[in-house]
Amino acid sequence: MSISLEEVRHVARLARLKLTADEEARFAPQLANIIDYLGMLQELNTDNVPTTSQVTGLTNVTRADIISCAPRQDELLACSPLPKEDHQLLVPSVFS
Amino acid sequence: MPTTYETIIGLEIHVQMNTKTKLFCTCDNDSFNKEPNTNVCEVCMGFPGTLPVTNKEAIEKGIISGLALNCTIPSTCKFDRKHYFYPDLPKGFQITQYDEPIAINGHIEITIDSKKKIIGIERLHLEDDAGKLIHANSGTLVDYNRSGTPLMEIVSKPDLRSKEEASAYARSVQQIMRFVGSSDADMEKGMMRFDLNISLRPVGSEKLGNKVEVKNLNSFRSLEKAITFEIERQTKMLEENDTIKKETRGWDAEKEISESQRSKEEAADYRYFPEPDIPPIHIDSAWSEDLKNKIPELPQAKQDRYRKVYAIDADHARIISEEFDLADFFEEMMDYTNAHFTATNLLVTDLLGMLNKEHQSITDTKIKPKQLAELANAINDNVLSTKMAKEVLPVMFETGKDPSTIIEEKGLKQVSDKHELEQICKKAIEAMPKAAEDIRNGNDKAIGALVGFVMKETKGQANPGKVNQILLSLLRH
Amino acid sequence: MSYTNLTISTAHQMLSAGKISPIDLTKHCLEQIEKTDPTINACITVIKEQAIAHAEDAAKRYKNGEPRGILDGIPLSIKDVFCIRNIRTTAASHILENFVPPYDATVIGKLKNAGAIFVSKTNTDEFTCGASTETSAFGVTKNPWNTETVAGGSSGGSAASIASGQCLGSLGTDTGGSIRQPAAFCNVTGLKVTYGRVSRYGVISMASSLDTIGPLARSAEDCAHLLEIIAGFDPNDSTTPQVPLKDYSMEAKKALPKYRIGIPQEYFGDALTEETKIAVESAAKVFEKMGCTLIPLSLPHTKYAVSVYYILSPSEVSSNMSRYDGIRFGPGPKKIPDDLQEYFFAAREEGFGDEMKRRIMIGTYALSAGYYDAYYKKAQKVRTLIIRDFEEAFKNVDALLTPVSPYPAFKIGDKSQDPLQMYLADTLTIPSSLAGIPGISLPCGFTSEHLPIGLQLLSPAFTEERLLQLGFHYQTATHHHLTCAPITI
Repeated sequence: MSISLEEVRHVARLARLKLTADEEARFAPQLANIIDYLGMLQELNTDNVPTTSQVTGLTNVTRADIISCAPRQDELLACSPLPKEDHQLLVPSVFS
Repeated sequence: MPTTYETIIGLEIHVQMNTKTKLFCTCDNDSFNKEPNTNVCEVCMGFPGTLPVTNKEAIEKGIISGLALNCTIPSTCKFDRKHYFYPDLPKGFQITQYDEPIAINGHIEITIDSKKKIIGIERLHLEDDAGKLIHANSGTLVDYNRSGTPLMEIVSKPDLRSKEEASAYARSVQQIMRFVGSSDADMEKGMMRFDLNISLRPVGSEKLGNKVEVKNLNSFRSLEKAITFEIERQTKMLEENDTIKKETRGWDAEKEISESQRSKEEAADYRYFPEPDIPPIHIDSAWSEDLKNKIPELPQAKQDRYRKVYAIDADHARIISEEFDLADFFEEMMDYTNAHFTATNLLVTDLLGMLNKEHQSITDTKIKPKQLAELANAINDNVLSTKMAKEVLPVMFETGKDPSTIIEEKGLKQVSDKHELEQICKKAIEAMPKAAEDIRNGNDKAIGALVGFVMKETKGQANPGKVNQILLSLLRH
Repeated sequence: MSYTNLTISTAHQMLSAGKISPIDLTKHCLEQIEKTDPTINACITVIKEQAIAHAEDAAKRYKNGEPRGILDGIPLSIKDVFCIRNIRTTAASHILENFVPPYDATVIGKLKNAGAIFVSKTNTDEFTCGASTETSAFGVTKNPWNTETVAGGSSGGSAASIASGQCLGSLGTDTGGSIRQPAAFCNVTGLKVTYGRVSRYGVISMASSLDTIGPLARSAEDCAHLLEIIAGFDPNDSTTPQVPLKDYSMEAKKALPKYRIGIPQEYFGDALTEETKIAVESAAKVFEKMGCTLIPLSLPHTKYAVSVYYILSPSEVSSNMSRYDGIRFGPGPKKIPDDLQEYFFAAREEGFGDEMKRRIMIGTYALSAGYYDAYYKKAQKVRTLIIRDFEEAFKNVDALLTPVSPYPAFKIGDKSQDPLQMYLADTLTIPSSLAGIPGISLPCGFTSEHLPIGLQLLSPAFTEERLLQLGFHYQTATHHHLTCAPITI
């Protein structure tokens, strides 16, 4: 099981990474090498093994429905590199 | 003979929950009419290092909603991340429920042309909403006020077969959400949105046709129009032997057409995986039982009960049961009257008509349920004629006074006293001998003129039924 | 006098006795930064004025006899992934190079309340992805013991800042060894806590199910003092269980019971250098002398840990990196394209370095349709097997003793051309990260080239006090941890 150049291009697009020809040439064999290594897990039989997503064993961690947000919207908006119009961020048109 | 097609419809309904705070942060969940980006914090704007903390109320309202849709509540549910890039999606992923939703396998009953039909519900899951994008000349404006608002996505089974069924189902879901108090489900405020899955197949065929998804339906009208449009479009394609592509289309509410969404350069691959920052939720039967007890009687059950207990008209029962406050008013009114039919008429035809004219709802009226019941009783006891009642009701509406007070003030009492009426009837017979003669000869039609005379004499306060009786007995003996 | 190997405990005594002032101590650290950092490059941002202002506040409290506790007036460095309100926080990435958060991480708030003084934001691998700080957008941190070698990573800046006398302690993060390995490379004590023991809120995420926050300092006792302040349930982090806190510094000093210490054979394989093996084995003998029993054992799934880790962590990395799209924070692309998707591509292409791109691609691949079961789900299952290995082991032993790294600090550039070799550098720290259990990295000697060697002790979840106790007693019996790096002299 290894990763082809086509697949490298596909995952790069999915992840919104545009690779230069140079990066493709560099990354493709590196990723193939890594993916090959990761393939060693296939030798283990895990048919009856449950998955682990979290290790804390916690369940039902919730909070009460009480409004208490610190008002710092302007400071947050100020972190954006984009121009602001009517207190909104202006991004390139989604319709173009 | 041309093939006839059967329409297969499934609906995904997004319903905004009416919790006080957002799903994963403590921002105010009510952003209606607020200035853009004022109802936000670092969590719902997806800032580095921030983490989600689940709103318990949203979980409980999700369970209640699921139960109200007759769903099973699995003992465990969890959240997952769904990835895509869009400027309104601050974290680059939505927190949703992929393979272990909060509620599964439900159904509701809808009524079309007095026929009942069960519509299956695949699942109900919780997720956080994205922000809002507004198109401007200079580009697209992003407002994150709505980002993080809790949504329920309710997915029906492909059990709907027509525009009417789909619409009835959607309206029923709206009512149920309102009744259980998990959403205001106000379409105009964007609190409810539909995605439509629709395909056609030749009648009798078992095989499903290719499914077309129509997104961005923000009103019942759009939903109905989109179904009509798709049925026509797909029928035409099938008749011309075109293949219907499995695709996603967007609804243009202005042009009232669906349009293929520019074929994406890559197929969507959301890369779901379990949200590591939120521990799973265990819901034991004690918890869900406790919540089940909080669910009020739902519209369909109310409607059935009203028809059974009060023997009222089906349409009236439906109208009353659809709105929680109206149903409350109705039930209280029924406590004070046995004139079920008359009272219901007064409520649905007259009072609701007046309220509609004023753009008001039942909670706005000065009339108390008991007062409307009294008015119905007065009609039933022949104290008032229906015509007189229609003079009393606007005054009640205006002033909130008791009907008895108004009747007195206006001197409106119906004259039903036999002796009094006999005197006036004799006067009528004397005054209109020709009509009297006709009746004696068996021509009953002539009685109208005599009754009219009596009504005129009594300024409309005579009980017309009684007058009729008296006139006939005087002339036929 | 020289403060370069001053511990927090000693400094606090001196501050309380009025022998030094927090201002002097802070100024000394800032001077040391000025002196050593051009060579070491441990700091991304130096926090000068604010540090002095806070030191002045602390000085008043000491003068009034009302210090807030042992950390009051103590200069610390903070890895540059902890959000500090109004202080630039970069995660060592161009994509956040100008980011100034308007909020504090939970642990930062706790340290502020305790009176600690932040003198610098320290270098790390970009978004903590690396084992050498070579992936930092701000250049590599050099090892204070030998500037041709790496300081380790990802918390290399934190470890190096302590080793070069720039501060008395630091906060780092450890996802697969990022506190323990640089601590070992720089002769510093570092504690990786149980997953969930310390809040992650406001700390820039790498891999959410693995990330932990912990202290680095000059002694196990100092680590205990820092842990006492930062540990505990946080309503803003749903993965912090309400397990009672311990009085860690007091527990650490309690007499050492006759612990059974497991020696897992898989951690002493061929990859280990001879000098590392000898140093770690002699450390084990120290514990034996103190009454502990050494028990050889096996953790059979150890060899799969790196594979599990390099599926799960890049998957979570790829997800956590999705928010860096140049829209709400960061510098954004140099030129704003007309097309929205091009905007995303440009912001991310310009913002992320090579290693981030690699990890994002590995993770995206492992989660993508068709590969999820073979990679992500499979790795989640093998994670369960690795957890079971530890559970089995802890039925028979109280702690495990292993090397931190198979080898001492390697030469800059030695592994950076071969990502897989770099990934294998964390072979001995990754399994415990997957299990979520705590581990401590203790200096245990030097190579013939005077490079530090680190000892790792692991124990069951929420038994940090046991590790700190073992560390305290080891450091009472040995002096490796007090040996100063040449640059400080």
